[in-house]
Amino acid sequence: MPEITIRDAISQGLKEALDNDERVFIMGEDVGYYGGAYAVTKGFVQEYGERRIMDTPISESVFVGAGVGAAMAGLRPVVEIMTINFSLLAMDQIVNHAAKIHYMSGGQLKAPVIIRTVTGGGAGLAATHSQSLEGWYATVPGLKVITPATPYDALGLLRTAFKDENPIIYAEHDLLYRTRGEVPEEYYEVPFGQARIAREGTDITIVANSGMVRVAEDAAKKLEARGVSAEVIDLRTLRPLDIDTIAKSVHKTNRCIVVEETWRFGGFGSFIASEIQEIAFDDLDAPVARVGCADVPAPYSKPLEDLQIPNGDTIIREIERVIGL
Amino acid sequence: MTLKEKLNQQQVTEYYRMMLLIRRFEDRAAQAYMMGKVRGFLHLYSGEEAIAVGVMSVLKPQDYVVTHYRDHGHALARGIDPKAAMAELFGKATGTSKGKGGSMHLFDASINFMGGYAIVGGQFPLATGFALASAYKGTDQVTVCFFGDGALNEGEFHEAMNLASVWKLPVLFLLENNLYGMGTRVDRTYAGGHDVYKASEHYAMEAGVVDGMDVLAVRDSVTDAVDYIRQGNGPFLLEAKTYRFQGHSMADPGEYRDKEEEAEWLTKDPISNMRRQMLEEDLLSEKEIQALESEVDQVLDEAVRFADESPFPEPEALFENVYVE
Ligand SMILES: Cc1ncc(C[n+]2csc(CCOP(=O)(O)OP(=O)(O)O)c2C)c(N)n1
Ligand SMILES: [Mg+2]
Repeated sequence: MPEITIRDAISQGLKEALDNDERVFIMGEDVGYYGGAYAVTKGFVQEYGERRIMDTPISESVFVGAGVGAAMAGLRPVVEIMTINFSLLAMDQIVNHAAKIHYMSGGQLKAPVIIRTVTGGGAGLAATHSQSLEGWYATVPGLKVITPATPYDALGLLRTAFKDENPIIYAEHDLLYRTRGEVPEEYYEVPFGQARIAREGTDITIVANSGMVRVAEDAAKKLEARGVSAEVIDLRTLRPLDIDTIAKSVHKTNRCIVVEETWRFGGFGSFIASEIQEIAFDDLDAPVARVGCADVPAPYSKPLEDLQIPNGDTIIREIERVIGL
Repeated sequence: MTLKEKLNQQQVTEYYRMMLLIRRFEDRAAQAYMMGKVRGFLHLYSGEEAIAVGVMSVLKPQDYVVTHYRDHGHALARGIDPKAAMAELFGKATGTSKGKGGSMHLFDASINFMGGYAIVGGQFPLATGFALASAYKGTDQVTVCFFGDGALNEGEFHEAMNLASVWKLPVLFLLENNLYGMGTRVDRTYAGGHDVYKASEHYAMEAGVVDGMDVLAVRDSVTDAVDYIRQGNGPFLLEAKTYRFQGHSMADPGEYRDKEEEAEWLTKDPISNMRRQMLEEDLLSEKEIQALESEVDQVLDEAVRFADESPFPEPEALFENVYVE
C-alpha cells in the first residue's frame, strides 16, 4: 500500500470529486493561484480552471454563505476557510443558515456544502490563530463535524462527505498535514460516526480526536513501558459521535480519559464524559477524567504555548492520577 | 517637490532614520526567524515605511493608532521601544506583551498604540469605537486605522465606514494598498476599480489618494486629512499606493507576482530615494548619513541582544491577564 501524507490524501479526495461530479467546485481565499494557504489545492486551478477553482475576496461571510446558497440551489460546493479562527466571521451563515435550512423548511431544502478548514494550535500563532473550535460547531444540530487524524481517514471521510447531503465542517489539523500513512489504491470509504481503535489496551481508554490522537498514542506507548496498557480511541467525527465504541472500550478497561485540544470549560469532552458516566457508570472504577488546554487564550511564547496545549506528559500525569500509580 | 521646501534638517534626519530603523528591524526579524528565534507568522513591512513614518509625523501623542498584523512599522514609527518589540518577537518576558502576543499582536498603551490585530478587518470596529469614545468625551483626538487592500472586502470595513460617516466620527481610515492580499491581486477581488479610495463615495465620506512610497507626500496628505477630521468634519479615507518588498509572510515564496512589476516598484524604494535626495539637496553629507546608519545598526544590535538575553516568561505568566483583577 502506498504511503501518502494527509495533505495528499485530501487533495486526492477533492480531485476525485471534481473529476466525477460536475456540480463540485472549490472556493476560498487563495485556493487558486497561490495553491491554498496549506497547499492542499496546489495546481488545481491549472488543472480545473477558474470556473471550478475560485479565489474569493477575503470575505468569509459571503463566500461561505454563497457556498451554502449554491448548495441549496443544487451544486456541491467545497468552501475552504483558511483557518477555523476565521470561520467566526461566517458563523452566522454556518450556524443560523446552513445548519437550519433543512429543518426550518420542513425538509424541502438542503445545503450539502463541505466547509474545509484548518484547526489546531502549536505553531506559535498566538491567541487569535490557534484555536480548535470544531467542538463548538459539533454542538449544533444540523451540522456534521469531521476531524481526520490519519491519511486513510482523511480520504475515506472526505469521500463519505461528498455522498452526504448535509452541511459538513471538515477540520484539518495544521500540524498533521505531513503525517504519513498507508492508503489503499482500491476505493474505500470511512463512514461517519464510527470511531477507530487507534491502539488496543486493557487498563484505560483514552478518547481523542484530530491532533490529539497521536499525542495520546505517544502517551500510550510510554505507559506501556511502565506496564500500563492504554487503549486509544480516535473519534474521527465529533458529530455524529460514536459513543458506543467508547462505552464498549470502557466496559473492558473500566477507566476513561477524554483528551481535547481546547479549553476544558464546556469542551466537547465534557459531553463525552457525561455520556459515559450515564451509560457506563457501573463499568467505571474511577470518574471519567479530562485533559484539555489551559484555560487561557493561546500565548505566543513557545514555553507558554507548550504549557497551554496538552502533550504526552500531561496525559500521562492525568492517567497516573486516575489509576493511582 | 524638494525635501528642503517642506522640512527642516531635523525632520529629514528623523524620517530617514525611522524608515531605515523599520527596514533594518525587519531584516533582523527575518534573520531571527530563520534561526528559529521568532516563530509563527512573520509579516514584514519592508517597502511600505514611508506610510507609517509619514502618518506618525502628523499625529499627536493623544491620538489613537490601530493596525493589522503587519504592524512592526506602525509600532516603531509610533514610538514603541525597538528592544521591547524585538523581545516580543522572541517571545520574551520583556516584550511589549510579555511574550503573549508575538509579531502580529504588538501593543503599547502608553503611546495609544492600540494594537496589531491578526484577524483581517478586526481593527475596523475597534477603531470606530476609539473614535466614538473621543467624540463622546469631546476631545480632539483622531484615530488612525491602518488596513490593507485585502481587508476592503470584509463586511467590517463597510460597516465601519458607514457608521463612522453617519456619526461623523474622528477616524482616518488609512488604506495601505500594496496591490496584493496574500497571493491575490486586488483587481481580482475588489470590484470598485483602480481608484480604491472612491469606496468612500457610497458612504459620503471625504477621501484621497497618495504616493505611499514618498514620506513627504504622505505627510502632506495626512496633515490635510487629520486637520479636516480634527475640525469635526467626520471621517476620512486615505489610500496610500505602495508595495511590499517581501512575500506576504516568511512562509510565502511570492511566486504569484510579476518580476517586472517587482523590479519597477523596487525603484520606488522610499529609503534609497530619500537618501539620494538628501545628498542631492545637500541636506546631509554622505558621512552624516553613514553615521546615522551605523547608529541605527547599533540600536538594532542592542535590541537583538536585549531580546536574546531576556528570559522567557515564567510558567505562572500563562494564567496572568486573562481577566482584569
Ligand atoms: C478574517 C481573516 N481571514 C483571512 C486571514 C488570513 N490572511 C491573513 S493576511 C491576509 C491578506 C491580507 O491582505 P491585505 O489586507 O491586503 O494586507 P497586506 O498583508 O497586504 O498588508 C489573509 C488572507 C485572516 N488573518 N483573517
Ligand atoms: Mg495588501
